[in-house]
Amino acid sequence: MFKGKNVIVVGERDGVPGPAIAKCLQAAGANILYKTTECFV
Amino acid sequence: MDPESQAQIKRIADDFGSDNIMVVLGASDIEGAEIAAETLTVGDPSFAGPLAGVSLGLPVYHILEPEVKESVPEEIYEQEVGIVSMIVDTEEVSRAFRKIRETNK
Amino acid sequence: MAVVIRECSYILVHVPDFVRYGSKPARDIPINGGPGGALERRIYEHVRSYDEAVAYPPNQVYIGNMHPDDLHTTPQPWFEHPVAGAKRHGKFGEILPEEEWYGWLKIADDFNLVWLTPAFIAQIRDVVSGHPFLEEEDIGKLGNGVAINKIRDKIERDDALPLYYDGSLVGSIRRDHEVDDTLKAQVLMENLMAKASGALAMHHLFNRAGIEPQQVDFILSCSEEAVGDRYNRGGGSLSKAIGEMCRCVNATGHDIKAFCAAPIHAIMDAASLVQAGVFERVVVVGGGCLAKIGMKYVGHLKHDMPVLEDVLAGFAFLLTPDDGVSPIVRLDSIGKHDVGAGSSQQEIMTSLIVKPLERIGVKMMAIDKYATELHNPEVTLPAGSGNTPLTNYKIMGALAALRGEIGRDQIDTFVRERGMPGFSPTQGHIPAAVPFLGHALEAMQQGRMQNTMFVAKGSLFLGRMSQLSDGLSFLLERNPRRNG
Repeated sequence: MFKGKNVIVVGERDGVPGPAIAKCLQAAGANILYKTTECFV
Repeated sequence: MDPESQAQIKRIADDFGSDNIMVVLGASDIEGAEIAAETLTVGDPSFAGPLAGVSLGLPVYHILEPEVKESVPEEIYEQEVGIVSMIVDTEEVSRAFRKIRETNK
Repeated sequence: MAVVIRECSYILVHVPDFVRYGSKPARDIPINGGPGGALERRIYEHVRSYDEAVAYPPNQVYIGNMHPDDLHTTPQPWFEHPVAGAKRHGKFGEILPEEEWYGWLKIADDFNLVWLTPAFIAQIRDVVSGHPFLEEEDIGKLGNGVAINKIRDKIERDDALPLYYDGSLVGSIRRDHEVDDTLKAQVLMENLMAKASGALAMHHLFNRAGIEPQQVDFILSCSEEAVGDRYNRGGGSLSKAIGEMCRCVNATGHDIKAFCAAPIHAIMDAASLVQAGVFERVVVVGGGCLAKIGMKYVGHLKHDMPVLEDVLAGFAFLLTPDDGVSPIVRLDSIGKHDVGAGSSQQEIMTSLIVKPLERIGVKMMAIDKYATELHNPEVTLPAGSGNTPLTNYKIMGALAALRGEIGRDQIDTFVRERGMPGFSPTQGHIPAAVPFLGHALEAMQQGRMQNTMFVAKGSLFLGRMSQLSDGLSFLLERNPRRNG
């Protein structure tokens, strides 16, 4: 599903943070174009 | 979604083309995740950020959706996401995000 | 030698006329009709009166008149269920009305930044003078005021910002440099508000602890404002400025910057200074954050509810060597989220909770209460920003389940018994677990509780220097030397 795909990651501090999502998707073969983490508070 | 992220994503979408990009979100609150998804598909609903009135139409997924989980090596998914998937209704996330993607096809 | 947290104080300041100067409204109003335009008018149709802010159940919890667990049985929405007979003063402090606040702001101003009209000064002089913490010398700083046409001129020609009371122009705050962004009116207003509200909290602390300001040795401010100039952005030292305003003539201090986790960092540092014998009495103080006023107003207007982020919040804590009575900070059980620890919730919570407890041989279920970031969910949920404390408590419960301390079916019970509903104003560093500290000190003094773990996270990535977040925790225990 993610192999060779360009992906933008928008994580959340109190949910799944950006770097944690990026680690998963890199392992799934994705090319991470941009990753960020949002803080809602 | 904060205006800085909106601006960055808009720039990347302009450079690479919306057809070649997927977005994966991680917000634990489903309503919050839906707002972010809406921002990246039909535009910023608060009309405050750079994506106000801009319909990027990006396919948006959530890291907690079962189909995303299946494509990630199990051990890594457990380590990075496992505990959050224990406390969020992942089926509900899946339903919400499938609907968003279908509506915006 | 052990270190104790001897006393605490908590204050709120109702600032409805400053909602327009919160970062989010201040960015949105100019592009939606400007001052007096459609958006500003709509916001002000949804701003609360002082009495409504006082009677708001979470605010009563913050100043100590209710326990956080009382919110379990308070029907929601809380803004529709005011506390009957709610009081301005609480066990831990007070909720200051805006009229008096203007006096505090002027008294905090050592550079003649704030101009108030003679009529307004005459209007507020008596109520400001009536505050028990203000002395004649303070009241003298109110001065005689500046004529309204001069104030209007300053606003129109020199980028000063108008100050309102009850919707009417009563003054202005000016910039103090032609081009320096760190000394423009908006920034100086934010800094001055953190200083004055921090001072109000510190005065309450001395009053509750029964100590004189000159007995304080050192002050750590964990306020969020970056006080400084173009060459020294965020240079500090709000701590010393607050200490000066409170007449701590024998103290100096410095500022602790660690995003929203700063109060935990500051308490750890203060306890360490006391433990090392460097200082005997150290105060940790946090002033209010104007930037976060009205932060979630969009969600509130969307749901046609009051704009709930209309109060500045502050707190102060006094740390001393063991007095044989007050609860102890376990410096051998600090939890920290290390650079190499990883970013997943499991890794963060393991670093902040499991590891420090394991170090002293304590299980998660041996902790009576966990205090996490206690953002009021009634503020955040309408904006799609989730329920921060609930999410954190569920993750803690899941962690206890993964460790085999409870069954998966007991996570909800864990959340209910070991957690609490969020009640703090969404003021960044203010909700960082420590709003429960006053309630914990009281319960431990009375023998109703053995311990509490305070856990907070900070969003370092917002500063664009690292993708990492941060977190820190400490354990507070009932004093074993206390009788009964």
